[in-house]
Amino acid sequence: MIGGRDRETGRIVFPCPIGDPRFDAVDLPSRGHIWSWTIQRYRPKSPPYIGPEAFEPFAIGYVELPGSVIVETPLTGIPFDAIRIGMEMETVIIPIATDAAGRTVVTYAFAPVDEDKAHG
Amino acid sequence: MADVFIVGVGIHPFGRTDGLSGLQQGAYAARQAMADAGVEWKDIQFGFGGSDASGNADTIVNELGLTGLPFINVKNGCATGGSAMIGAWQGIASGQYDIGMALGFDKHPRGAFNAMPAEYSLPDWYGSVGMMVTTQFFAMKLQRYMEHHGITSQSLGRVSEKAFNNAVHADHAWRRAPVDIDTILNSQMINDPLTKYMFCSPAEGGVALILASEKKARELGRTSVRVKAAAVRTRPPGSFEVFAPCLDIVRGGAPTLLASAAAYEMAGVGPEDIDVAQLQDTESGAEIMHMAENGFCADGAQEEWLAEGWTQVGGKLPVNTDGGCLACGEPIGASGLRQVYENVVQLRGLGGGRQVPGDPKTAYTHVYGAPGISGVTILQR
Repeated sequence: MIGGRDRETGRIVFPCPIGDPRFDAVDLPSRGHIWSWTIQRYRPKSPPYIGPEAFEPFAIGYVELPGSVIVETPLTGIPFDAIRIGMEMETVIIPIATDAAGRTVVTYAFAPVDEDKAHG
Repeated sequence: MADVFIVGVGIHPFGRTDGLSGLQQGAYAARQAMADAGVEWKDIQFGFGGSDASGNADTIVNELGLTGLPFINVKNGCATGGSAMIGAWQGIASGQYDIGMALGFDKHPRGAFNAMPAEYSLPDWYGSVGMMVTTQFFAMKLQRYMEHHGITSQSLGRVSEKAFNNAVHADHAWRRAPVDIDTILNSQMINDPLTKYMFCSPAEGGVALILASEKKARELGRTSVRVKAAAVRTRPPGSFEVFAPCLDIVRGGAPTLLASAAAYEMAGVGPEDIDVAQLQDTESGAEIMHMAENGFCADGAQEEWLAEGWTQVGGKLPVNTDGGCLACGEPIGASGLRQVYENVVQLRGLGGGRQVPGDPKTAYTHVYGAPGISGVTILQR
């Protein structure tokens, strides 16, 4: 994930503002901790939501990337009742919808850290 | 600045009124407020007013008469009503006018407010993935607050239960049937930890206030309610607001803290002097967080406050005596003025079944909303 670093203050924002000379693009840490969360239990209005008509509730949250910024994100790969503030998460790419041309649309998300991979 | 009095109040009942536009509901409230003050439209020297979704308030002259008065439109999100009142207050406090109107009305479609990313300078993907949803923000602000300050779901339920109990006695409220706490807690989950009965709904309604100078108030024989403070503030750095794809790790203040401090200073009173308060309750957790943000209790103390019933009508600080947004719904332009209307009713002792006992003397209102704006008023009898 790419954020923007304010050239004057060093403050980091996400997403990186496009075409704004005050910000330099900067890679964000790929791991962090859940800062807050909720479950979206009803289908958001379309537009702007492009997820499937056959709605399934999904988790979203804020993840604190240490020393950087807190980002809002879909949460994935975790049962709703197992989500806790402080839990360690890492970035993944997940499908969100299929567009009119049949292509899969993806988004960033955060999933629990895969310990095998982490220690492998 | 000269003293300013509220000499008349009017309200069109909140909820759903088929066949009446938002503006017409505003006109209804305006006529009622003028009758309450004992004045006519031709006597009103100026006005401030607004709606979020029902058009320009200055078209009220089509409904009430082409008297040529200056009428200024206010479009300030959830603080529209509060800002209209501040405009009217300043016009009189400055000595420029003797009598004026603050007006707010609205009529929203059913369901959650529908926002598009471009309107908020956000990338399209933010909405595509399902994060352009106001209720998520309230849930996530609350989820973290509950974890840090030991607030339970039981307390969320108690806030909603109180709202519906109070609304039974408020003619202008929308949802006027009691709902027991088990039903509230076990109703459909919307955004964890908030269930269906813990959220307010977009609604319809109108409110008008007539403000006057001391000279005019004496002439009208209506000097009972004085405006001690009216303040609106925007957000400070590091606040947590709706539609935020990122937050600073170093957390900051909140617009409510600024508006509240400004109002207390202006009025020369503190939270301990307040006898009744109307606090923004977009959802039940908002009322809980706003109890602390407005200085009425420490973070976390709300558990005890609610368990002991201290914010009920007979408690030490009754909060949202007409059921608040939870029971009245939220017509954005009118909501802040409804709170002031309710406080005028309470200070006059006309609350009936919801009247705060012990002759309340000092009353507080607080609105909060997108994109990080807060308005506070303090009235005194």
